[in-house]
Amino acid sequence: MTAAASPLAGYNFAYLDEQTKRMIRRAILKAVAVPGYQVPFGSREMPLPYGWGTGGIQVTASIIGRDDVLKVIDQGADDTTNAVSIRQFFARTAGVATTEHTPDASIIQTRHRIPETPLSDDQILVYQVPIPEPLRWIEPRETETRKMHALAEYGVMHVKLYEDIARFGQINTSYNYPVLVNHRYLMAPSPIPKFDNPKMNRMRALQLFGAGREKRIYAVPPFTRVESLDFEDYPFEVQHWDHVCALCGAADSYLDEVITDDHGGRMFICSDSDYCAGRRERGHVGPQETVRFGSDAAE
Amino acid sequence: MTDTETTPPLLEVEDLTRLYGSRVGCQNVRFSLWPGEIVGIVGESGSGKTTLLNCLSASLEPTSGSVYYRDRLDRRLDLWRLSESERRMLMRTDWGIVHQNPRDGLRMDVSAGANIGERLMAVGARHYGDIRAEAGTWMRRVEIELDRIDDRPTSFSGGMQQRLQIARNLVSKPRLIFMDEPTGGLDVSVQARLLDLLRGLVTDLGLSAVVVTHDLAVTRLLAHRLMVMRRGEVVEHGLTDQVLDDPQHPYTQLLVSSILQT
Amino acid sequence: MTQPIISVEGLEKTFTLHVQGGAVLPVLKDVNLAVQPGECVVLHGPSGAGKSSLLRSMYANYLPQAGRILVRHRDRTVDLLKADPHVVLDIRRWTIGFVSQFLRAIPRVPTLDIVAEPLRARGIDDEAARTRAGELLDRLQIPERMWSLSPVTFSGGEQQRVNIARSFTAPFPVLLLDEPTAALDAENRARVVELIHQAKDRGAAIIGIFHDREVREAVADRYFTMEAYGAAA
Repeated sequence: MTAAASPLAGYNFAYLDEQTKRMIRRAILKAVAVPGYQVPFGSREMPLPYGWGTGGIQVTASIIGRDDVLKVIDQGADDTTNAVSIRQFFARTAGVATTEHTPDASIIQTRHRIPETPLSDDQILVYQVPIPEPLRWIEPRETETRKMHALAEYGVMHVKLYEDIARFGQINTSYNYPVLVNHRYLMAPSPIPKFDNPKMNRMRALQLFGAGREKRIYAVPPFTRVESLDFEDYPFEVQHWDHVCALCGAADSYLDEVITDDHGGRMFICSDSDYCAGRRERGHVGPQETVRFGSDAAE
Repeated sequence: MTDTETTPPLLEVEDLTRLYGSRVGCQNVRFSLWPGEIVGIVGESGSGKTTLLNCLSASLEPTSGSVYYRDRLDRRLDLWRLSESERRMLMRTDWGIVHQNPRDGLRMDVSAGANIGERLMAVGARHYGDIRAEAGTWMRRVEIELDRIDDRPTSFSGGMQQRLQIARNLVSKPRLIFMDEPTGGLDVSVQARLLDLLRGLVTDLGLSAVVVTHDLAVTRLLAHRLMVMRRGEVVEHGLTDQVLDDPQHPYTQLLVSSILQT
Repeated sequence: MTQPIISVEGLEKTFTLHVQGGAVLPVLKDVNLAVQPGECVVLHGPSGAGKSSLLRSMYANYLPQAGRILVRHRDRTVDLLKADPHVVLDIRRWTIGFVSQFLRAIPRVPTLDIVAEPLRARGIDDEAARTRAGELLDRLQIPERMWSLSPVTFSGGEQQRVNIARSFTAPFPVLLLDEPTAALDAENRARVVELIHQAKDRGAAIIGIFHDREVREAVADRYFTMEAYGAAA
């Protein structure tokens, strides 16, 4: 954990002005009141381009306080460029303490993963979302998708899943897998692997979603029902691996495949870097081995 | 042997008018449609027949007048007093709309099976195997080979696309179908085949239909009743064979005498 | 005396040919005709007297300008000219049958299905309807090997026999026959006469136009003579 420090002079706390934070908080309240419903908001120009997490940053900036502890992950890792930049951004503009240790964080901003460690009632998970509209692939018109949500006309989403099964023999969507929130709204969970979808269901923490370029905020309040769409005879399944984490031996976490050489060598390692580090600290050790091409890959 | 004299009409149209500014789309149209009837609407370009069809099928709001539909629960619904969601629901379950260009009535980038199964999924069908089986049944009924179930409509001929469109509509067992030039743009032999299919389906399924066409031969083959439109008004209506064999209105007589063979 | 099953009162029919300069052709004027069940009335008169127009008016195929056509349908008396379209369609399905002079054949539809169609329209299932249709085609000597073919390639006589079979599969209380035997040879004419007699026996009212004197005399119970622009009973 990095301790709090004085924020940069000349900037408002957490960069955004108070009126903007107020507007975003109002959008968040509305989103929490209608789980899964996309609330439009006045997305501001941020000091990083669209597509780099501006939505998530605006949500975090609007809820973060002096005593919060912030964790930022990108594809599960705290040490990638984007995670580091965003964490530093808040350290400098809000002067808040930051951490890589999931249980110590009060706010976790994430791109494309949910931490393996189960979250608690006093944590908030902020997702970075590229395309908030789950129906955009079939219906390019915003006017029409709004009507579809209003009238709960979601049959076409199952068409996509049907199509997958017809063409590939299984539902091929492996990330950004569509979910039904609170038995009502169809939601895009952001490009998290479907492996993470079950974690969203009745999660204890508040889940907030921000899409800066598309200017939408949505939310899943704690303990809300989140179901992944499927068919009775093709039920929702998560990914499996035939390997455990090479470093810590975890058999229950999402594994990244890391290419180690030019001869088909690779290692499977926990995507959640903090989870893996924690296990190793507690003495777990993985097989530490490189696997050759030809053995089974992730399903 | 049900007594049709006391059966209430399925669709009642009263003084239906649709204006485009000062231009008349259709005006003062009134008729009733009973279960099992096919009504043809003929007219030349600009006669207002498509406008009328769109007003009837809830695709276009009329300027004045009413359209009443009797639903499965025998309720007489004023179409334009319903909420939009109720109207959309009606269009998805009770009605079918077959567009002139099948591309307007199909999803070109999903398979034939998905196209047919969509309505089932829209009302809650959640068993892939059952949905696929039902899609297959309908493909057979519209005479499309089963092995094309996973093909996209882009690879189908015009006639096949049209038949797929029909299957897509019929899967929800509608009671009323609206068709806009269903055989337009098809080769003559393909047209004949399609009309035979439609006739058979309408009889077997007890459907009612409103068919807009400029082709009198289509009406002779398909429609029980005929309405002739000119400049937005219905100038003549009656049983198809009567209107074609004994036309009263000068315009109808002109139309009938203009074709090579009825 | 039983009630007539169909009765024409004060019928008037005039053709106005707008496409030909508005020429007016009066064809029927004040025509009155009542027909009892089991009776066969032959319309008689010179060409142009309006026989066919009268027959077609009784089927609602022509639209008279004035008058009434009352028919007993489902234990009610209905004026054909004032009835709603769905009622007229119902009458054509159950009460009044029409045999035209020529078969209007749709290509691709097999003969058996054409003949079975009136029964299917009454809700009879496919199989039973086809069986009954086959019986009639047999009677009219259309061989079974032709049943799966469309009649468009048949001879005129064969087509007409198919046409007649179609109209006799389902029993109609009223049968209108417009020169049904014109294209047939003597043997088949005799068969048609037999069918007409059978229909009469079961109580059908028949109104027909027959050019063939032999057939006329074999079936007529009375003649209804018509002159140009009018009629006399």
